[in-house]
Order: sequence, then structure tokens, then C-alpha cells
Amino acid sequence: MMGTRTIEIMVGVFVAAGIAALFVLALKVSNFGQTSVRGGYQLTAKFENIGGLRAQSPVSAAGVRVGQVTSIVYDQKDYEALVTMTIAPNFNRFPSDTSASIYTSGLLGEQYIGLEPGGAEDFLKNGDYIQLTQSALVIEQLIGKFLVSMSEGKDAQR
Amino acid sequence: MIGLLQNIGRSSIGFLERTGRATLFFLRVLAGVPALMLQFRLVLAQLYSVGVLSVLVIVVSGLTVGMVLGLQMYNTLAKFGAASSLGPVIALALVRELGPVVAALLFAGRAGSALTAEIGLMKATEQLSGMEMMAVDPVRRIVAPRLVAGILSMPLLAAMFSAVGVLGGYLVGVGMLGVDAGAYWAQMQAAVDWRGDVINGIIKSVFFGMIVTWIAVFEGYDAVPTTEGVSRATTRTVVYASLAVLLFDFMLTALMFGDTLI
Repeated sequence: MMGTRTIEIMVGVFVAAGIAALFVLALKVSNFGQTSVRGGYQLTAKFENIGGLRAQSPVSAAGVRVGQVTSIVYDQKDYEALVTMTIAPNFNRFPSDTSASIYTSGLLGEQYIGLEPGGAEDFLKNGDYIQLTQSALVIEQLIGKFLVSMSEGKDAQR
Repeated sequence: MIGLLQNIGRSSIGFLERTGRATLFFLRVLAGVPALMLQFRLVLAQLYSVGVLSVLVIVVSGLTVGMVLGLQMYNTLAKFGAASSLGPVIALALVRELGPVVAALLFAGRAGSALTAEIGLMKATEQLSGMEMMAVDPVRRIVAPRLVAGILSMPLLAAMFSAVGVLGGYLVGVGMLGVDAGAYWAQMQAAVDWRGDVINGIIKSVFFGMIVTWIAVFEGYDAVPTTEGVSRATTRTVVYASLAVLLFDFMLTALMFGDTLI
């Protein structure tokens, strides 16, 4: 039978290793710590089609992450998706005519909102609405359009 | 015909009786838990035999499960040119399902069977009745520390399993098959949610720890006090605990991820 001391040390090592594994899961595996943008300001935008965007998708400007999508609701008046995003408080110099587009990172990657600053003098602030938006590219629609334009081209040749 | 119906009825009544006894026993054990705060030494000794001694089997299985996942997923993902999503696939599979479930199954085999055999033998050799003679409640003294140790160590073991599994996937995916290391971690972090995936997996493993240890200590305490009875009880522990883990996993998954799984 082992001494109490050895048992206590082994249990201590066990608990420490378990907690270390939790830390690995938190910091290395999951998005812990980068999920919530605290104390940021909110912007809204309407999109015709959001594609695969979802809450907690990143919002970036020039490829740098500046915030995240907080909620997506369907606006029954305009038949569009109303997207609310939270921008980190240190990124507070977006011109008021900034445009928002939905992009895909890579061909099959996740979708995110890209902000392109305009040239206006005043800046966007909490609760502002982004006028200029560009919807997500939906591959099926693209293929559909391509097929239609192909057949139209053939008709014209005849 | 009547005989068949009688058999079905008898086994149903027997099952209900056992479930009822197990529930009452569980409540009795729970009532003994608060007093343990004063005698944490008892729990510590059980943490050693239930938790520490299970680490090796958990870590080795986690590593191999992660490596096999990496190998198998890579073949399918590479067909679609999506080998860089290897990280999220491995991490989500491990953190949500395989970590808690496989760790609990191994735990039932490694620690659950040992608990049943130990308590069953204590009963067979009349140590439990000896304690009762000395006015020591064996449920509080023997069973409660084991239950607490099981509930405490299961989430730690499941977390180790998942973490080591992700590492095993990394070794195979990045080391052997040439997936980009940055893509492996970055896509994983983008896909795995701390609260939605990791915490839910931990909650699952707490449940599993409770169910497995509960079944183990009850089977031991309820065993027929003979050599054969103890061996049967040990087998029953592993079978029932494994089935219960799989069944509860389905229910917990439906509750937790039912709306996010499309």
C-alpha cells in the first residue's frame, strides 16, 4: 500500500493534468477568448441573401478581424435579412459610407462580412445602419445565370 | 402462452424493482455526500484508484482514436479537396461525442468494474456488515466517496481524452499526411465553440461519470454475496453502464445539439 503522501501527489498531478487538458481545449481547440467582443458598438445592415452567414461569424476590414455578427433576423417588411454586428471599440473610425459585403474565405470556407471604408468625413457610431451592402454569392444562382446567358448567346447566334 | 406472459411480467416487475432500489440507494448515497466535505481524505484515496489509475488507458486510447480519425477523415476529405477541414472534423467529433462517450465506456470497463468487484467482495466477506456492527454507515463511509470521486474524475478524464485525441489527429494529419499546421489549428478554432461544444461535452461527461459510478456502486452493494454473484455483478456493471452511457448520450445530444445539427 502506498503512503498517503504519494497518493496525494498523484491525485494532484491527475487533477492538474485534467485542468491542463481543459485549458488546451479552451485556448488551442476552441474559440474561447475571441468569441465575444466586449463593450463594442453595434451596426446593422440589410442583405438580400446572407448565404451561410450565422451569428458569431467574423466581421473584418482589409482582412483583419474587427468584430462579429451578433444576430440575424428576417425583416418581413423588406423581405431581407437584417444583420446586427458588434465592432470592437478600438475600431471606431469607419466612414459613414462604409459598405458591407458577404465573402467566403476560400472556396469552401466559412462566410464573413467584409467592411470597405468609403470617403465620408463622419464616422459610424453605435446603432448606425450601413446603406451599401452586397449579398453573398450563392453558387447555384451563379450557375443558373451562367446557363441562362449561355443559352441566350446561342439564340442570338442563330 | 400464459407462461410467456408470466415471464415477461416477472422480468418487468423485477426490472422496476431493481430500478426503484437503485434510485433509493442513490438518494441514500447523496445524503451521505455533504458529510464528506469534512473527510475529504476518503475522496482523495478514491480519486487515486478511480481517476489516476484510469489515466493511462484514457490517454493511450485518446491518442489512437485521434490518429485513426485523422487517417480516415483525411482520405474522404482529400477527395473533395477539403483536407484543411481535418482539424474541425476531428475536434468536433472528439469534443462533442467521442471524448465523453469513449472515455465513459473505458471508465466503465476500467474503474466501474473495479468498484463493483471491490464493494461486492466487501459484502461477500462481511466487511460491510462488520462496519454496521461498529455503527459506521458503509453507504457513507464506502460508497459516497467512490461516487463523488467518479463524478469528479470523469470530466477530467474526458477532457484529457479529447485534448490528446486532437494532438493525435495533429500528429497524423500534419506530421504524416502533410496538412498545413496553421490551417489545422485556425480552422479548428473557427469551428469549435467554447460554450456550445466544449462545455456541453464536459456537462455530458459529468452525467456519464454519475451514471457509471452509480451503476457500479449499486451493483456491488446489491450483489449476491458469493463468488459467482460478485462476478455476475461485475459483468452487469460493464454492460449496463455502457448501454446507459450510449442511451443517455443520444438524449443529451438531442437536447444540446438538436437545433444546431442540421
